[in-house]
Amino acid sequence: MLSHLTNMLETLDSTHKFYGLIGAVAALLLIASIVSWVLKRGLLAKSNPSEKSAKVINNLISRVNAWWVMVAILVVAFLAGKLGTIILFGFISYFALREFMTLTPTRSGDHRTLSLAFFLLIPLHYYLIYTDWYGLFSILIPVYAFLLMPSISVLAQDTEHFLERAAKIQWGVMIAIYCISHAPALLLLPITNFEGQNTLLLFYFLLIVQLSDVLQYVFGNLFGKTKIAPVVSPNKTLEGLIGGGLSTILVGASLWWITPFTPLQSAGMAAVIVTMGFLGGLVMSAIKRSLGAKDWGNMIEGHGGMLDRMDSVSFAAPIFFHLVRYYFTP
Amino acid sequence: MFTKFTRLTLIGLVRLLVGAHPRWVGAAPSLTQSIYFTNHTSHLDTLALWVALPAKIRAKTRPVAAKDYWGHGKIKRFIALKVLNAVLIEREVSRHSDPLAPLLAALAAGDSLIIFPEGTRKAQVEPSDFKGGLYHLAEAFPQVQLVPVYLDTLHRSMPKGSHLPVPLICTVRFGAALALQANEHKKAFLTRARAAILSLI
Repeated sequence: MLSHLTNMLETLDSTHKFYGLIGAVAALLLIASIVSWVLKRGLLAKSNPSEKSAKVINNLISRVNAWWVMVAILVVAFLAGKLGTIILFGFISYFALREFMTLTPTRSGDHRTLSLAFFLLIPLHYYLIYTDWYGLFSILIPVYAFLLMPSISVLAQDTEHFLERAAKIQWGVMIAIYCISHAPALLLLPITNFEGQNTLLLFYFLLIVQLSDVLQYVFGNLFGKTKIAPVVSPNKTLEGLIGGGLSTILVGASLWWITPFTPLQSAGMAAVIVTMGFLGGLVMSAIKRSLGAKDWGNMIEGHGGMLDRMDSVSFAAPIFFHLVRYYFTP
Repeated sequence: MFTKFTRLTLIGLVRLLVGAHPRWVGAAPSLTQSIYFTNHTSHLDTLALWVALPAKIRAKTRPVAAKDYWGHGKIKRFIALKVLNAVLIEREVSRHSDPLAPLLAALAAGDSLIIFPEGTRKAQVEPSDFKGGLYHLAEAFPQVQLVPVYLDTLHRSMPKGSHLPVPLICTVRFGAALALQANEHKKAFLTRARAAILSLI
């Protein structure tokens, strides 16, 4: 019975797999919407609802609503093909970099460097993904931008905090452009026996990384007691990490049929994504705090800014990309 | 039709570039006739404040722009007069005419205004001292509320002399309205108005 089912899933063509996944995600969101709606009704029925639970439930509703919008945008971009997906991630990088630089104290000497980072570097970097130019894609920012950005800034001859400014700009560009772009870069990998299905792998990656965040949040809210890093990120608990992490790995294993992996490999990949995503959330939260902010922005209702949603993606994408490239391409 | 399309495109572009998210710190937005006065740091100031206003208020609010720049050239004139519905004023003070006359006429017609009491742009966090224009307008129209506004990142987005902007999120903070008090001297009033903007930083 089970082997019959797994055979059937594996022999589906990629279009059917794609629509099956969208259906599954929509079903999950529908359940989330119904649950949050029921919770809200329950809260309203109470004679003296506590302010804290009202806040949690209202935030939950905004989060779920924002998820519907994000999934819709993603599906439209996927349907538009490789170009659509790359343009979408180009804009994600743009908004993420805008949030990072808004909080970063730069000086007028960095003006030209920053303009070029937004309007030249982002299009150029994503163009390299579009044309499958892996070699230049992998060094454009760590080598060329690393050396040329401070070279442009130095022309303004402002030495005040020069190293700090150059380092912060480099960090923002690495996270917002380079690291995030490794998610759509999955589209350029020539994976053995997986031709024409790379969009599914990108879908798998985004699903695991975001599901990990969501399930850690759910488990944390239900069972969270032991705070892991209260100073950096008060919402992260051990119970949330273990419960959310393990269930995400389980989902990852059960989704092997949309990937080039075996079920065991798929569980391993999901474990790597969960771990890196968790670390990304921690590090980006520490950076946010060191820049004096609680949220990166307020672009996505209930979630905060673009970087609040992409922090785990930025850490998980490059590692996942390189594992796939090393083990699954010729 | 074309004007409306251009207006929506312009609003979209400003949001894409600098966000221009409103934050009503001092009071809720209201349709009461107002003069919005704000710090002047870049070419984007007018647009950011105008975009941050709710659509209904934006429709009856007119930015004030310099005639010598916006009055020349077909495209600039179209954007200033049709899209933004701006009030054009002379920057050079002449003996023959009152430079504030077009503003007084707009206020008399019931419009709200966006003005920069410093006069010139300075790429700095705090506004410089105010010129007298705001006082004269408040004196002539005491029933119009004066709303202080602070624009926070635009001096970094597009400082004087730069050709390309840097996209940074600008939060447009609206403070509580103030009014000219009876027997208040010009200097005291202008200091108080400037302090109202400083308190929003």
